[in-house]
Amino acid sequence: MGAFEAFMLTVIAAATPLLLAAVGELVTERSGVLNLGVEGMMTAGAVAAFATAQLTASPWLGVLAGLAAGMALSLVFAVLVLTLAANQVATGLALTLLGLGLSGLLGAGFVGLPGERLPKLEVAGLSDLPLVGPLLFGHDALVYASFALTIAVWWFLFHTRAGLVLRAVGVNHDAAHAQGLPVIAVRYGAVLFGGALAGLAGAYLSLSYTPQWIENMTAGRGWIALALVVFATWRPGRALAGAYLFGAVWILGLHAQALGVGLPSQLLSALPYLVTIIALVVISRNRTLTLTNTPASLGQPFVPDR
Amino acid sequence: MEQGQSPSAETPLLQVRGITRRFGEVVANDAVSLSVMPGQIHAVLGENGAGKSTLVRIIYGVIRPDAGTISLNGRPLRVTSPAEARRAGVGMVFQHFSLFEPFTVAQNIALALGGKAAALADRIRDVSRAYGLPLDPDALVADLSVGERQRVEIVRCLLADPRVIILDEPTSVLTPQEAEGLFATLRTLAGEGRAIIYITHRLREVRELCDAATILRHGRVVASVDPKTETAASLARHMVGADIPAVRAAPPAERPGAPLLHVRDLTLPADGPFGVALYGVSLDVRGGEVLAIAGVAGNGQRELFRALSGERLAQARGVICIGGHDVSLAGINARRAAGAAFVPEERLGHAAVPHMSLAGNLLLTRHAVDRDLVRRGVISWRRARQRTQRIIDEHDVRAARPDRPAAALSGGNLQKFVMGRALDRHPKVLVVNQPTWGVDAAAAAAIRQRLVDLARAGAAVLVISQDLDEIFQIADRIAVISRGELSPAVAVEETDRERIGLAMAGGFERRHAPGAGA
Amino acid sequence: MIVLRKRPAPSPLWRWLAPLLALALAVAAGALLFALMGHDPLQSLYVYFIEPLTSAWSLSELVVKATPLVLIGVGLAICYRANVWNIGAEGQLIAGAIAGSAIPVLLPGWNDPTALIAMLLLGALGGAAWAAVPAFLKTRFNANEILTSLMLVYVAGLLLDWLVRGPWRDPGGFNFPKTVSFEGWHVMPVLTGRVHIGAVLAVLAVLALWFVMARGRAGFAVRTVGAAPRAAMFGGFSEARVVWGVFLLSGALAGLAGIAEVAGSIGQLQPSISPGYGFTAIIVAFLGRLSPPAVLFAGLLLALTYLGGEAAQLALNISDKVAQAFQGLLLFFILAADTLVHYRITFRHRLSAGEGA
Repeated sequence: MGAFEAFMLTVIAAATPLLLAAVGELVTERSGVLNLGVEGMMTAGAVAAFATAQLTASPWLGVLAGLAAGMALSLVFAVLVLTLAANQVATGLALTLLGLGLSGLLGAGFVGLPGERLPKLEVAGLSDLPLVGPLLFGHDALVYASFALTIAVWWFLFHTRAGLVLRAVGVNHDAAHAQGLPVIAVRYGAVLFGGALAGLAGAYLSLSYTPQWIENMTAGRGWIALALVVFATWRPGRALAGAYLFGAVWILGLHAQALGVGLPSQLLSALPYLVTIIALVVISRNRTLTLTNTPASLGQPFVPDR
Repeated sequence: MEQGQSPSAETPLLQVRGITRRFGEVVANDAVSLSVMPGQIHAVLGENGAGKSTLVRIIYGVIRPDAGTISLNGRPLRVTSPAEARRAGVGMVFQHFSLFEPFTVAQNIALALGGKAAALADRIRDVSRAYGLPLDPDALVADLSVGERQRVEIVRCLLADPRVIILDEPTSVLTPQEAEGLFATLRTLAGEGRAIIYITHRLREVRELCDAATILRHGRVVASVDPKTETAASLARHMVGADIPAVRAAPPAERPGAPLLHVRDLTLPADGPFGVALYGVSLDVRGGEVLAIAGVAGNGQRELFRALSGERLAQARGVICIGGHDVSLAGINARRAAGAAFVPEERLGHAAVPHMSLAGNLLLTRHAVDRDLVRRGVISWRRARQRTQRIIDEHDVRAARPDRPAAALSGGNLQKFVMGRALDRHPKVLVVNQPTWGVDAAAAAAIRQRLVDLARAGAAVLVISQDLDEIFQIADRIAVISRGELSPAVAVEETDRERIGLAMAGGFERRHAPGAGA
Repeated sequence: MIVLRKRPAPSPLWRWLAPLLALALAVAAGALLFALMGHDPLQSLYVYFIEPLTSAWSLSELVVKATPLVLIGVGLAICYRANVWNIGAEGQLIAGAIAGSAIPVLLPGWNDPTALIAMLLLGALGGAAWAAVPAFLKTRFNANEILTSLMLVYVAGLLLDWLVRGPWRDPGGFNFPKTVSFEGWHVMPVLTGRVHIGAVLAVLAVLALWFVMARGRAGFAVRTVGAAPRAAMFGGFSEARVVWGVFLLSGALAGLAGIAEVAGSIGQLQPSISPGYGFTAIIVAFLGRLSPPAVLFAGLLLALTYLGGEAAQLALNISDKVAQAFQGLLLFFILAADTLVHYRITFRHRLSAGEGA
């Protein structure tokens, strides 16, 4: 396998958790809810997946547990911001703090243990093809799931009635309510979906990317996924492109360190965060672009008259 | 629809009995009853806050009553959502349109009716043609004018083939000519045996259009009348419960004063994708006169107010002068210091901070101009409260204390406070956007009288308003704003509603930039 | 189902009851958490919340830990009042610690009271400079300050890591990633126990900001911009200036907390200088209802959760992460209880409307 193929494989690995989390959050935000707790849900997903895989020796149950952990945290968030109309920004921060704290507490016994790894799906013959073989085949199921989910979300949002309803709720929740669309129920669904995908992203980290549990192993990926949604102007296709761009930056830093570029390793490690800031600036400075694409009800609490 | 089998002239199509609904301590509807016959256009008349919107939102299933029954064609109607109401044969056209701007007309309609947008396009074309409401199903709602958006609402309502159609203040956003077109459509619909409930506070329309009227005051039915046999004055008395004094105005001085507000060729690009650009706006308001600017909502009124107040600065010198000072590049507080005062359209959130005390809201516009209120950056709350109390007393702001939050006041009382806050400084120039929007009739009359009195005392008063009745009551000269352009002002004696209405539709425009605002 | 009905005005009673209710619920949830981990809940709560208050040593530790929390929390409270979401205080703390440490590391010979004052000033400047980045990006490019300020936390951590492993490493320190130990006037004077004058600075900051928010035009501008931006514009207040002001203020206070930590309780620069004070201070600000005097008490309470976490680790052999989990729970309950301030909550069965209709 050549150096380029090896590089591309690590990019895929780095991009997958970003893509999963970003696509989930994209759906949540399209419904008008801003959930800043992605980092917390991702961490909870990672520790739940790792611990379950350890205890049951089944990485698949681990994946399920990660998904469920992300959903459970997002349900707490949903109750607060949807049923109790709490401030979405503050509640999202609380979710991140709680997720990091609970994960540290529950994961304390698992630190440093060797983990279960998700099996790679090898296709006899095809995986050995030059260049395309390793790039297209032989990944684990979550990599393929991330692509399938991106396409499914795109199709759902723009080609189904349910997707139109979800976007309508995010654009104008008062009008949606007046038309009899179930605003709160739609948002519950969208928040839970976002939580599930954030949990899945965490499971990928602890079962595939680095199959072990380390505290704070998400390293800001949840926040970068949030930035990615803005960068993608709430469109799944652009989220895919953005996730691979950010994944490439992440890996570029690592490779540069390995190649012994004359820069401090810390600067290279800071690259993803700096690039995130630059990407946000580039997209946000065009106010027309952001204003016309942002779901208009994003972050606004909705309390219907009944 | 099966329930429409045998509409007889004797059974009411819609019957409402004893509807009651409380919001906290406020009783919005108190045992309200009314019945509407097939083919009837039935007015529900009342002031702002009388409970009209609550009543129709209950009928349409948006909110639920605490008590009371509704029946349709003699059968009980129990709906807990608008979707059920539509299935039962009740349709509604909202006052604040419930449309989704980034979506197409067809998508908007599909959201209410179910089904896919593409499949609806032909039906939309058919219905809109049949009722004289031309629409392009594939157009984005964001690109439509206010009048076109209302057509979307009406077509959306008609596609469900409703027996009962509710319209909530439908003409408040239309030109007089557009309103005539709407009335024709409504008469056609009534002729098909549908019942139409028409919510309004405009007496003229009730007498022109409606066959019956139920009048609400403070949540109760105070009269059910035949509007054709009533006069505007008798309807108003029912609605308000007292006679409203007409605005008294001495004729303007023979030789008007010098222009105190002078605007020359004000051009500003749109502020963001949803804004309207201003093109070459010029006007002069002299001491002693009221200049009114008429126009359909969303034609640059907000932008003009922001430019005149200094919330947004002009792009060059010599564009805006107040009392002879060039304030084109000066902010709002410098303009206040030059003798101007401003009253924006939206009370809560723009004119006032909702959860802040009235004293705090006084400080909002005074902190930079009243030297004794803030010294070396330190606020004297004692003085702020005293001054607030003075405004409350002199401007008859009811149920108010300086430490009460602005949001706790009724619309009329808060508007009196906001006006009082401006008038208390005896401004040389006053710029008001929608001075009586959503205000009860007694407060509106008081506010209009104050505006005229201020002008006759020598100030220049500029009123931006959508309400032509108001404009003809108080204005000395009238200009019209359309798509960011301002018509020349004409004396009120030399024009009429008809001509102003045509100008509102853009009849005067010089077309600086085609498609402005889109 | 739960139905919210908006109160005509926020309830003054619940404004003060809500944090107490939240605290009670969080303690109850904490007890449940202990029970689930197989510990006697009552005894655990005693170890966690009461025992740390029973000795002079731990009381002084309480003040030591409350000092950065209050300094940062009061700044964040002002920020959030303005509806500006600076959540990067942890990074500003690190930046302040680095900037202030420049004097002992680079100019070790300058060791008199003016050096300490210069360190504190540099600390505040460093924090403010780090906070200026999101302020600039927000006002100039409209970039979301939540994400930019948070990204800079990671960058600040890596910058600190590079310095203490690289150019600023103590040459006589056996290759440990640490700077020289601070001595003499490079260390904060001590009041009692380990309590240093940073505690005094924290109280002064609270008093000053209390006055500014209640009586100052600047505080009025902050409140107006936060509550109703368009009304603030109508009052002639510049939103951009408020954004800059609160970012610089909260950054400076976080930077001050950073240098006070390094020159006070730690005594040198090392890769990790804070157990997440910058994040915990977010909870302090909210528990203190974004009001400076209440932030003081909230800071002491959150400091107690750190001490309790350490005590639980020693006595019950629970990970000290329990502190972070408890803090997260507390913030959740604060936000949930806040609903009672603005809404009346009623419970209703799904179809009760049918009874009336």
